[in-house]
Amino acid sequence: MQYMLMTYVNEAGWGNLTKAQQEQGAAAYMAYNEALTKAGVLKGSNRLGPSSAATTVRMANGKPQVLDGPYADSKEQFGGYFLIDVPDLDSAISWASRCPASGHGVVEVRPLWAMPA
Amino acid sequence: MNDTRFIADAVARRSYGKLVAFLVSRTRDVAAAEDALSEAFASALTDWPRNGCPSNPEGWLLTVARRKTIDAARKRRRHEDLAGVLQIPEAAEEEIPDKRLALMFACAHPAIEAGIHAPLILQAVLGLDAKVIASAFLASPAAMSKRLVRAKEKIRQAGIPFAIPEREELPARLNAVLDAIYAAFAEGWSDPGGTDAVRRDLTEESLFLARLVAELLPGEAEALGLLALMLHAEARRRARRRADGEYVPLAEQDPSVWDSEMISEAEALLARAASLGAIGRYQLEGALQSAHVHRCRTGRANWAQVVQLYDALLALADSPVVAINRALALAEVEGAAAGLRAMEDIAADPRLAEYQPHWAARAELLAKTGAHEEARHAYEIAIGLERDPAVRRFLQKRQATFPAPA
Repeated sequence: MQYMLMTYVNEAGWGNLTKAQQEQGAAAYMAYNEALTKAGVLKGSNRLGPSSAATTVRMANGKPQVLDGPYADSKEQFGGYFLIDVPDLDSAISWASRCPASGHGVVEVRPLWAMPA
Repeated sequence: MNDTRFIADAVARRSYGKLVAFLVSRTRDVAAAEDALSEAFASALTDWPRNGCPSNPEGWLLTVARRKTIDAARKRRRHEDLAGVLQIPEAAEEEIPDKRLALMFACAHPAIEAGIHAPLILQAVLGLDAKVIASAFLASPAAMSKRLVRAKEKIRQAGIPFAIPEREELPARLNAVLDAIYAAFAEGWSDPGGTDAVRRDLTEESLFLARLVAELLPGEAEALGLLALMLHAEARRRARRRADGEYVPLAEQDPSVWDSEMISEAEALLARAASLGAIGRYQLEGALQSAHVHRCRTGRANWAQVVQLYDALLALADSPVVAINRALALAEVEGAAAGLRAMEDIAADPRLAEYQPHWAARAELLAKTGAHEEARHAYEIAIGLERDPAVRRFLQKRQATFPAPA
């Protein structure tokens, strides 16, 4: 079953870290990626740019309404994702708990939409 | 005609859970399994009177349910469900494997909202109606139905595994199952008079589930502990009410009215659990029941040991309810003032504001220290919080021994 592991973190936190902590943090994510790959479960992953670089688009009265900023106005922002293919939810949860984001933020685990054949 | 109905009902009682569990193990779809089975039972009620009961009623029902599941999956174009169902042999020859434990673990999975674990297990494994469950848990049937539907959908969509958890996770996951069974029992227990048929049946049903888990996991001390705890409580059911319906607290009960066979069974379970060397909350609660029974039967005070047991329980789970009971036991050993001091520590817990036994306990201890006016007031609040009329009357009688100043 395919699951998206979506990380939500407080972006301001990164800037408050020392350089050494930042290097450690980056290394942790790389190691995590490596472990997922080694286990053969990783289908894709990406880190998103900062929420300050986000733009929202919605249609209003037939015209696109474009606004500066991310969709969710919350302290934790969507930061990146890991798409994994694992046997069941317990396995996905297990991987989510190893994601560095789960330590300082939240990881949402959601199955992909199941398409009818 | 009546005989067939009787047999069908007997098969339903004995086999419903096993059939649901087996179907769900193939499809992960609890709602679909329930629908298919209820249609299969309906078919049985028209077919069996005409053609006689089949020699393998479970197999017959499974075959029909299988066909209905396939039809439903095709109609909803859920072809990924089909693969699992088609694996079920067309004519079930052998004994259907018992997947009820896996079903219970799925129902009590951490990904499912904790408050719905008990209702879900009661419905999925025992086939209880949502209306019945709702009334037992003081919820509206509509709200309960909605939550049950959502939980079943979650099991289906999120890929909750259908298995008995691995060794490392088993204790925690088993606790969730045991907690759910105990929650159902507690709802049933809130009608010790047995006048509310729904609640009385709930006690029976949850005892059945506890027995099932203990049978299927005989090496799990807490499973044995829970069954022992429930048997101890159930053994005293009749003694909690006098002939005229009045409530009788433990200290005033007649031990000869207790079900001594149940108590013996409970004691044997606790002994077996202890030999497994994995102490836990339910074993401790069972041991407390055992201590109370022993004291009532022999007349020999053992409050110091009781306090120790409560200490151990508190170390496992920081529950204000346990703290209250510990304070009462402490009062027996060190006097009411000491008990009241122990209660002060937890008095601020917001969960206790609406908890009747908290106020009743305070009232008892205040009365013992001679603070009659405060005791009266505490009884007043306890009475206002109590749902059971017989218990209310009991509290009112106690309160009346401290009359208000003229």
